Amino acid sequence: MSISPGTPDVTPPGDPAESRIGVDSWVAESAGRRARGRGPAGLLARGWEWSPDSLKLLVFVGLASTLPFWLNEGDLFNFGLFTLLYVALALGLNVVVGFTGLLDLGFVAYLGIGAYTYALLSSSHYGIHWPAEATIPISMAVAAIPGLILGSTSRRLEGDYYAIVTLFFLQAFGAFTNTANPTLFGKGLTGGPNGIPNLDPLTFFGYELNSTKQQYFFLLLVVAVVAGALHFINQSRTGRAWRALREDPLAAEVMSIPVYRLKVLSSGLGAAIAGLCGAIFAATFTAVTAGSFGVALLILLYAMIILGGLGSIAGVILGGFVINISSQFLAPQNDHPDVKRWLFYGTIVLIVALMKPWYRAVLVLAGTIAFGYAVHAIVSATTAATWTSGAPVAAGSRSISQVIQGFVVMPHATATGAHGNFNTWLYVGLVVAAVVVRSLSGWWRLVGLVPTLYLTAMVWENILAQNPSVTALILFGAMLIALMTVRPQGLLGSARVEIV
Amino acid sequence: MHLLLFNVIDQIRSLGWSGAFELLRNGIVLGSLYSLIALGYTMIYGILKLLNFAHGDVYMVGAFLGFGVLTAFGGALNPGIGLVPLILIMFAVAMLGSGVLGVGIERFAYRPLRNAPRIAPLIAALGVSFFLENSAQLMTNGFQYNYDAFQLGGKNGNFGPLFNTVFSVAGSPVTVVQVLVVGSAVTLMAALIFLVSRTRLGKAMRATAFDQEAASMMGIDTDRIISSTFFIASVLAGAAGVMYGLYIGTTFYFMGFLAGLKAFTAAVVGGIGSIVGAMVAGVLVGLVESFAIGYVGGQWSDIVVFGILIGFMILRPTGLFGAQAIQKV
Repeated sequence: MSISPGTPDVTPPGDPAESRIGVDSWVAESAGRRARGRGPAGLLARGWEWSPDSLKLLVFVGLASTLPFWLNEGDLFNFGLFTLLYVALALGLNVVVGFTGLLDLGFVAYLGIGAYTYALLSSSHYGIHWPAEATIPISMAVAAIPGLILGSTSRRLEGDYYAIVTLFFLQAFGAFTNTANPTLFGKGLTGGPNGIPNLDPLTFFGYELNSTKQQYFFLLLVVAVVAGALHFINQSRTGRAWRALREDPLAAEVMSIPVYRLKVLSSGLGAAIAGLCGAIFAATFTAVTAGSFGVALLILLYAMIILGGLGSIAGVILGGFVINISSQFLAPQNDHPDVKRWLFYGTIVLIVALMKPWYRAVLVLAGTIAFGYAVHAIVSATTAATWTSGAPVAAGSRSISQVIQGFVVMPHATATGAHGNFNTWLYVGLVVAAVVVRSLSGWWRLVGLVPTLYLTAMVWENILAQNPSVTALILFGAMLIALMTVRPQGLLGSARVEIV
Repeated sequence: MHLLLFNVIDQIRSLGWSGAFELLRNGIVLGSLYSLIALGYTMIYGILKLLNFAHGDVYMVGAFLGFGVLTAFGGALNPGIGLVPLILIMFAVAMLGSGVLGVGIERFAYRPLRNAPRIAPLIAALGVSFFLENSAQLMTNGFQYNYDAFQLGGKNGNFGPLFNTVFSVAGSPVTVVQVLVVGSAVTLMAALIFLVSRTRLGKAMRATAFDQEAASMMGIDTDRIISSTFFIASVLAGAAGVMYGLYIGTTFYFMGFLAGLKAFTAAVVGGIGSIVGAMVAGVLVGLVESFAIGYVGGQWSDIVVFGILIGFMILRPTGLFGAQAIQKV
């Protein structure tokens, strides 16, 4: 790996799996540009590339502002408000991780600090009821302070070391709010595991934002302003300097970029955005609890910015929407069995359909369907007493559920102990099968893929669909791994080039 | 703040020498577990420059495998075989299973990312950790399971021999299981040092850690060496999992995260890549935690531990035994 930066490798990388070291960014992207040029998809991609960023933001805001008119209050809260909150948070995380390349694993703590600041200043906990136009800036400032302090440790700590120190900070914050709960003015400061309930709604100059609709529009405004501001910052001198030091801090320093100051600035800005989100989070949920600001949320945020593409504002917004909407559909309180099935099987079919050449995808899908019906026929003919045919169908649901019922087998849930064991083995079997198929090659992989896909369907119907809240997290974990192997730059991100 | 300090002084007075020894003992036992996990971190970091977040979860899987063996033989109350073979089988299964899991993780999640930018394997490691934790939650239904090692080897519900006193210092007992944990940890570490410093495999591992490309040019199959490193690291974590189960007793799906974090810190404090450093620093982290629990109070212990660690990492990021890294351009 001793190619000097001045001599790019001459072989254009056709296969993304091959090493890209030494290839400059124009060459790295040229293959992708050529491949994208054709068909309606190419037209869309070119239109996306050529349309100005202000137009993209306008289209996004226009589409998003129609949501309240065709969603009811509860759905608007789960699918609209939640998503925008996550998007705003992910935009803040993107400043630190995407723009500057600081791996900040304590980001959720800033959110918590903002939320607790709002909770202390606008609730009956201490009897202080300040309006939002005062508390939101204070929350941002208070959250920015640890951001600046942690950012200032980046002078001595790089990469993984910075990641671990920020993760410690998150753990210490969690312990502080949850178990330490120091007494101040005769009351526990953070309320311990119960948190602080009964917060005031957002109140601007005497005008309360009470309904979900009002909060949604306010949050949409916040997201638009943050995204717009970040776009301009990214285009500015500072943004270019951030990108430069992300790619190579040493070279950036040689180019007289104040690397250290810019890192601190980026960490502080990200923390301030998190503080803003924290205040809004606290106000819309009217309570803060210590458990909300943990590693699970952190991973969710990372999944968003990585799915969309690190450093790309549009990608982050897209990632936020995809991740939150799919996790909301999987959430236990939203009972949409058909939608869950469509999402799951649709994703699998989509992934298989991406196989090249196309007839392999057809073969695998047809093979899986044939395999499934064969297994189902054999099982129901021989051991119908101990095996039911298919998934439990929720009352009133039709179409896909009925198709699946004739396809997947599952054991009778009579002896729960045996049932649990069976599920465990089934799950372990699927993971092992996935690993084995991954290491096969050529036609053997196609042959192995058919039973694996069927096993996936069985695991989904037997285990995952029964525990939706855990399932979402498992799927995001698997998605992170798969995305890193297939497309590490994310959906809308540009290929990162490592110059050695 | 000064109030807290007075509390600490009061606490030190009231616990006395016997209490101090108890904290020391707990710290050493806990620390030897941290050392075993930290060794895995330091080996994997040394060879791949990868912060393997999933390593703590391998330890968790080890604890569950041990529990699975215990259950398969009839549980702590009524095991089908004698105490010594039972414990040996628990260790063997957990170590082997964890080792295979570690190799699988490397093969499946990290090997495709050898030439990817640095952040990609790190994110993949987060993904693996998340995947393992939540899979474990799914399969254990989120319950806590207890080894009930108190009763292990006892007849008809009586207490078994594991928590009998071996010897006492200043009136505080040291139990069989504590000797067992520290003894087997020391044995494993001695075996590891022998392996790394005296065998061909160890030599190849050191060469690969030093310079992967040069090692592969010298005819070392670096992929195989990396796989064996993951295997050995995960075997140690699996053993630590069973020890934790025998000593503390409670296994649950989230136990790997915090233990892994503290063990990773031990690896960093000891100087990443340094095997002796990880051992010493693991015990050190255990001692800090134990004394923080005893003198400052359980609810502050994590904050104290993490505060000390943050300070240490800022002041001396190369660790106690680590060499100053030279940045070449």
